[in-house]
Amino acid sequence: MGEWWTTVPIGTSLGNDEISSISHVTMSPSRQNNLVSMYSSLPPSRSSYHVLSSFCTEDNIPQCISYINQELDSLGLSSCIEASAPGGAGLSRVPALNAMHELMELHRRDMSTLEELEREQLKKCSALDHIQMNNSRLKDQLELSIREKSGLHETERQLQLKIKTMQSCLKTEKDEVQKLQSVVAGRASQYSHDAKRKEREAAKLKERLSQLLVDRKDKKLAIDVLNYLGRPDGKRSHWKTAKATVGHEGEMYKSLLNDYEVSQRSLMLENAELKKVLQQMKKEMIHVLSPRQPSPRGAAADDSQDQADSDEEEKPADSSRETLDQSCEYAKEQLANSIRQQWRKLRNHMEKLDSQASLVQSQLESNREMIPRETHKDEMERMRREVQQCKEFIHVQQQLLQQQLNTSFDDETAALLNDCYTLEEKERLKEEWRLFEEQKRNFERERKNFTEAAIRLGREKKAFEEDRASWLKNQFLNMTPFTDRRRCSSSDGQSALSIRSEPEMRMSSTKAQLAQSSTYTTFSTPKPSQSAAVPSTTELYRTLRLIPDSR
Amino acid sequence: MNFSEVFKQSNQLCKVSPDGKYLATCVQYRLVVRDVSTLQILQLYTCLDQISHMDWSSDSLFILCAMYKRGLVQVWSLEQPDWHCKIDEGSIGLVSSRWSPDGRHILNTTEFHLRVTVWSLCTKAVSYIKYPKACQKGIDFSRDGCYMALAERRDCKDYVSVFVCDDWHLLRHFETETQDLAGLEWSPNGCVLAVWDSCLEYKVLLYSLDGRLLSAYSAYEWSLGVKSVTWSPNSQFLAIGSYDEKVRILNHITWKKITQFEHPSSINNTKAVVYKEVEKRTAVGSDDLSLHITIGTALYNTRSKYEICPSPVQIPVVKPDPDRANPKIGVSSLAFSSDSRYLATKNDNMASVVWVWDMQKMSLVAVLEQTSAVRCFQWDPCRPRLALCTGNTTLYLWSPAGCVSVQVPTEGGFQVQSLNWHRSGDSLMLLGKEQLCLCYMDTDQEDNIREFTATK
Repeated sequence: MGEWWTTVPIGTSLGNDEISSISHVTMSPSRQNNLVSMYSSLPPSRSSYHVLSSFCTEDNIPQCISYINQELDSLGLSSCIEASAPGGAGLSRVPALNAMHELMELHRRDMSTLEELEREQLKKCSALDHIQMNNSRLKDQLELSIREKSGLHETERQLQLKIKTMQSCLKTEKDEVQKLQSVVAGRASQYSHDAKRKEREAAKLKERLSQLLVDRKDKKLAIDVLNYLGRPDGKRSHWKTAKATVGHEGEMYKSLLNDYEVSQRSLMLENAELKKVLQQMKKEMIHVLSPRQPSPRGAAADDSQDQADSDEEEKPADSSRETLDQSCEYAKEQLANSIRQQWRKLRNHMEKLDSQASLVQSQLESNREMIPRETHKDEMERMRREVQQCKEFIHVQQQLLQQQLNTSFDDETAALLNDCYTLEEKERLKEEWRLFEEQKRNFERERKNFTEAAIRLGREKKAFEEDRASWLKNQFLNMTPFTDRRRCSSSDGQSALSIRSEPEMRMSSTKAQLAQSSTYTTFSTPKPSQSAAVPSTTELYRTLRLIPDSR
Repeated sequence: MNFSEVFKQSNQLCKVSPDGKYLATCVQYRLVVRDVSTLQILQLYTCLDQISHMDWSSDSLFILCAMYKRGLVQVWSLEQPDWHCKIDEGSIGLVSSRWSPDGRHILNTTEFHLRVTVWSLCTKAVSYIKYPKACQKGIDFSRDGCYMALAERRDCKDYVSVFVCDDWHLLRHFETETQDLAGLEWSPNGCVLAVWDSCLEYKVLLYSLDGRLLSAYSAYEWSLGVKSVTWSPNSQFLAIGSYDEKVRILNHITWKKITQFEHPSSINNTKAVVYKEVEKRTAVGSDDLSLHITIGTALYNTRSKYEICPSPVQIPVVKPDPDRANPKIGVSSLAFSSDSRYLATKNDNMASVVWVWDMQKMSLVAVLEQTSAVRCFQWDPCRPRLALCTGNTTLYLWSPAGCVSVQVPTEGGFQVQSLNWHRSGDSLMLLGKEQLCLCYMDTDQEDNIREFTATK
């Protein structure tokens, strides 16, 4: 037993596990039986020992008992185990058995509840299964019904469409019926109108007939001509003979034939013209297409074939053959076909060219757009900025101008401000004025000097002239035989003579000055007398010989 | 433009002789023959009764005057004024009377269209043609005067008889495929006869001179059909105006429709010029207004001129009474210009509008909208110039260069109700209710289109 006990801890643990595992696995109602069988399988003493030996030993019986009592209390069982004797190794049998019984009752109850629960769970599982199955079935049903519904919708829509078309058909039919009704009404009114007219006419006819029957006097129809006229063409009229009728027929057919011939001629002319035009078109088309022919020689084998064919056609140049061809049905067809061919070729060519051109165009455009777009954008930006700046500038200017115009200053500051603006100009002007004044003054000064000089000169001249005059007078007086008279009257007429002679002298002096002529006898009108004042400028100049003497 | 003075006439019977020298007018029972240029009275004849119909013979030597009530026809000679001829139809009555193309026979249609009597003025022969049809246009002479086509109806079937006018020999007699033949017309070249059905069925048949059916044309069924038919002077086109307000043009080579012209109530065509007549009324004397207020509109000087309307233009439409027969709807008047270049049409429910179509371009060229219903329009026989009148005192002229409206300068108001060109194209004869006025055109075209003109 000792060896068994030593191996038991290991084994008990295993055994516990085994038990627990076994008890865990077999949760079936037969578990109890199994447990019982398990219990019965192990020797009872061994099992009890097996269990107790792990928990309770000879030494810790009271502790075990207390522990078990605690457990029993905690389980809510009333009975408790007592020791048979205090400190003894045995147990009192009755409480132990009661405890055991109670535990067994508890266990039984637990088992039954467990069973119940298991049953419940089973039920619930089956119910769940059932419900799940139902659910899936219902889902399927729902899907089916949804599909059905959409199908029905579809049919409904189609039916609606059909209804609409039917309605429109009905409308058109109704309109048609209306139209036909109106037509029928129109026809009916027309018929009734005609019928009425005919009836009226019949009535008139009947009346006339009755009138004629009554009125026996039948007014015969007659013609009353003064004299019969000749035929318009002057010829005699012919008898009506069979030849005449045949002649008429012949005339009629002739005129008909004439008309047909005329129309045929015009149609032929038109036809010939059109054919000519077609031929020309064909030639031109070939001409247009032919330069292209050499390049796609390999690819367009049939083209070249056609070209050869058409060339063959073109070769007969003499007109007779052509006209012959033209009149022939086959030639006509051939011409039409060749025109069609050429036109098709031309059209394909044009389409190719068009596509190429569009491709190139798009390429070009895309290329062009790639680069210039950016520069274009930059340019645009720059220009926009410039414009903005200019605008701002103008705006500022405008503002300032407005400010200036709007603000009301008092006169002083305004004047001052105005002065500020015109300061520079004023300065310049002042300078110029100053210069001007200076010049003026200089001029005046010179003029004054000039005049003074002139006056002095004049005086000196006068003095000189006086001297000269007196000398000449003396000379003259000495020369003449009338000197005594002259002398006598000289005192009287001294002044007169002097006066008279002064202009004379002056004249003579001037004469002497200029031409030194001696025409003393002539006394020209005296010049305006000298004034005490400053002589006139012209005189001055004249004396100064600045200007020639005007004679 | 010069206007002559106003002369009296009755019954709108005024005709210029075929050679263009004389003008014959009827005043009650008198026949007055004038010289066209001087308007001097040359001859004056008196008939036995009020003249119902008057016509010149083709050689301008004779004039027939028919008096339907009396059943009499009197023929007068210009050369010999005392020559007389009187044809009495007797109790059988007279419904219409006309000359034959040679100017020597007179065809009288008796009352109730019982027969057509052919009276000869050269011989004593009288011919009768039985069963003539009473329709819109039952007799037509070819332009060269050789043949006469006559519509007949026998046993509820329509026939056409072609007679040689020389001796009235029946050349051809054939049945037509019409329900109720309404009219027939020779083409100007005399080789094709166009025959059309009544308005209840749209059918136009083309027969060759020898009676073969060349072609039949029907545009639609059931609705009212053909209203008017006219040939172009060069025989190339046949214009058919119908009750559906369209004109269909057939060509002479295939006799198929080459185009159709429609008359919509709103015109969006930018190539066509729309001339609208605008009236301006200026009162003559406003002081005397109260006194003369009861007197008619003659007091008001109504001056009208043309204005060019920009597209789109709305045309006034008058809806006809649907219950009445022969409703006022559809193209009732068609006229080609002498060079076949233009076609003028009038649609009855737009009665105040004349449409001018270009036959070369097959498109609308001009629309003339007047203030009142257009009474009559006629092309100048020499040039593409259209004259029209609407029953007021104004004469309207259209040419490709523009439009003129000319007031007829007469006192008392001369209402122009119809007009006729002189064959030279130099003058127009304007007929009022009881009056006649001649209008002389200036030879210089520009003078015509100087004042009152709305040019393009």
